[in-house]
Amino acid sequence: MAQSVAKPVEHLELGEREDIELNSLGMWVYLASEIMFFGVLFTAYIVYRHAYPQVFAEASKFLDTRIGSINTLLLLSSSFTVALGVNATQRGERRLSLMLLAITVILGLGFLGLKFLEYSHEIENNLFPGGSFNYPGTNPDQAKLFFSLYFVMTGMHALHMVVGIAFVSTVGFLTWQQWITPQRYAPVELAALFWHFVDIVWIFIFPLLYLVA
Amino acid sequence: MSSIALERYRRNYLNISYTARSWLLTTDHKRIAILYMISVTLFFVLGGIAAMMFRLELLTPETNLVRPETYNKLFTIHGIIMVWFFLIPSIPSILGNFLIPLMIGARDLAFPRLNLASWYIFMLGGLFTFIAVITGGVDTGWTFYTPYSSIYSNSAVVAAIVGVFVTGFSSIFTGLNFIITIHKKRAPGMTWSRLPLFVWAHYATSLILVLATPVLAITLGLIALERVFGIGIFDPTRGGDPVLFEHLFWFYSHPAVYIMILPGMGVVTEIISTFSRRRIFGYTFVAAASLAIAVIGFLVWGHHMFVAGESAYAGAVFSGLSFLVAIPSAVKVFNWTATMYKGDISFDTPMLYALGFIWLFTIGGLTGLFVASLAIDVHVHDTYFVVAHFHYIMVGSAVMAYLGGIHYWWPKISGRMYPEGWGKTAALLIFMGFNLTFFPQFILGYLGMPRRYATYPPEFQVLNVMSTAGASILAAGYILPLLYLLWSLVNGPLASDNPWKASGLEWQTSSPPPPENFGKIPQVTFEAYTFPVEQN
Repeated sequence: MAQSVAKPVEHLELGEREDIELNSLGMWVYLASEIMFFGVLFTAYIVYRHAYPQVFAEASKFLDTRIGSINTLLLLSSSFTVALGVNATQRGERRLSLMLLAITVILGLGFLGLKFLEYSHEIENNLFPGGSFNYPGTNPDQAKLFFSLYFVMTGMHALHMVVGIAFVSTVGFLTWQQWITPQRYAPVELAALFWHFVDIVWIFIFPLLYLVA
Repeated sequence: MSSIALERYRRNYLNISYTARSWLLTTDHKRIAILYMISVTLFFVLGGIAAMMFRLELLTPETNLVRPETYNKLFTIHGIIMVWFFLIPSIPSILGNFLIPLMIGARDLAFPRLNLASWYIFMLGGLFTFIAVITGGVDTGWTFYTPYSSIYSNSAVVAAIVGVFVTGFSSIFTGLNFIITIHKKRAPGMTWSRLPLFVWAHYATSLILVLATPVLAITLGLIALERVFGIGIFDPTRGGDPVLFEHLFWFYSHPAVYIMILPGMGVVTEIISTFSRRRIFGYTFVAAASLAIAVIGFLVWGHHMFVAGESAYAGAVFSGLSFLVAIPSAVKVFNWTATMYKGDISFDTPMLYALGFIWLFTIGGLTGLFVASLAIDVHVHDTYFVVAHFHYIMVGSAVMAYLGGIHYWWPKISGRMYPEGWGKTAALLIFMGFNLTFFPQFILGYLGMPRRYATYPPEFQVLNVMSTAGASILAAGYILPLLYLLWSLVNGPLASDNPWKASGLEWQTSSPPPPENFGKIPQVTFEAYTFPVEQN
């Protein structure tokens, strides 16, 4: 495989270089769009927390900080492994890159698994705002706002995690198929960019929802 | 003559293949533009029929034709379809898609497959909206105000929201594609200061598409979640704030007005320069004005809530910021006028549309200053004055620009000339019909007729009859181009490569262009709008 001979990034053909620039610029613009998407939820959060600070602090105690913290740890580690994965791809270390991408996916799945557990506990305890909402604390009406925001924000984040896992798995598959080479590493970089973004969103969600108590 | 006969058989993007597959799986930006043109026209007809029905209903003060509930659904469908399935995609997705690569000397957009995907997403969203229409309609108004939309309405709100939500991704991807294309795909020598102003206008538009559309998506999504799962964050019975919805909605929907008008301004800039045979006056200012409108447009949304319980301080700030938009808008109008001054003006159909645009945009823009003033807005808020104001911008200006652009580039798009006499007739009909429809509404609104009611006091009837009569003329004016443009596809005289002796790169390739746009990527050595243009 002549192709898999490592070639430093600086020596890429002009066309390949342009391709990578084009794609990553496209991803950055898309992420700008995503920021506005999550921005709405954060805005709503600010408005309601400003209106009902005590209620938010109290309702926050009903979230599972332990699972939240473990999940934060999982995501931070996955950002690390995916970044190393990009690096390994660029250097042409295919096996290492495959391994790192696989670890990233596993960490992501672990996050979703724990999130699922957390959701089912909350639904059992009637903290889901629809239907049989039954909040033991004071001000259940306004706490409902908190839990609405909690489920929408973490739900949207989880949805992005699913997309991210699919994305990283796909580039992992392409790496395995040797379609991705040190010359053609753009998809890995894009997947990593997206992954980092989803991670950063969580970095904001976690303290705002879990730690305001 | 023989060279023209030869042209007919020259290989171009239309005649390389005639199969349905070659159209539905095309990644050629020109073909995708045609796909958009067909679908957007169909939506326009649908939205127009709804408008015709409620205009007929408004002939009399009582309800004769439809019940009030049906009336509510008619204006809602009219709004939803015209805003998201006609106005937003019209100029960018059709003319922008077709022309941006040609104007900057590229072979295609940066992401051709994403471009095709955008069209499919658009159609999927359209399908949901269509389902909403046939399963009983939506009665919330296109603004989906809470808590009516989230709690009380019994109509197909969720289907309509899903439709708009999905279509939003088409907007985002189109905007993204344009931004990257304009940054990265310009031909050698095509510097930023040589870009046609049409491209600058689309660049500004794309920024809004990318940054505002997601806000609408999640905001409407929250209504759908409230209706389906009971996750409500706008529900006032739990301390939620319905005005927050209005803020978020208008954070998108006010910039959305600039999505509709900025590309129109781009079209008009091209037309005025070409038919005045002069370089556009103050190129840099016109380009900067597009960006200024896009940026300031993000800061004015609060002027929709002057009477919705916004604080007086916020009202004053939003009012002031809204006045600011008038500055770049006026810069454009004055620069168009200055371009025509001492120009060698010819009044072909596109120019008639462009002049109509300036006229209507000026009226729409100046009445915008009325509604941006706090005290006057209290009087005219939610009346026909507002309806007339935004129709002068969104229909008067944007549709005039769209049709002007379609006529101007029709020779390039189809390779045929449209019949000039019919073209002028339609342009005049539309201008007259439009003014007759909407000018009386300024008076109606000022006299206090509220919008969105099926009935009205009898003293308003004369003006309403005038408005409906104007709408019929307008409808005739819109149907005419549809007929003669289709006719011209077969019977129109063959167009030369540059029938208007215009200066842009798009006129240097053949009409219609070959699939790869240019035989050789052009090397740009001239400034935009260099006249006279040497004919080759």
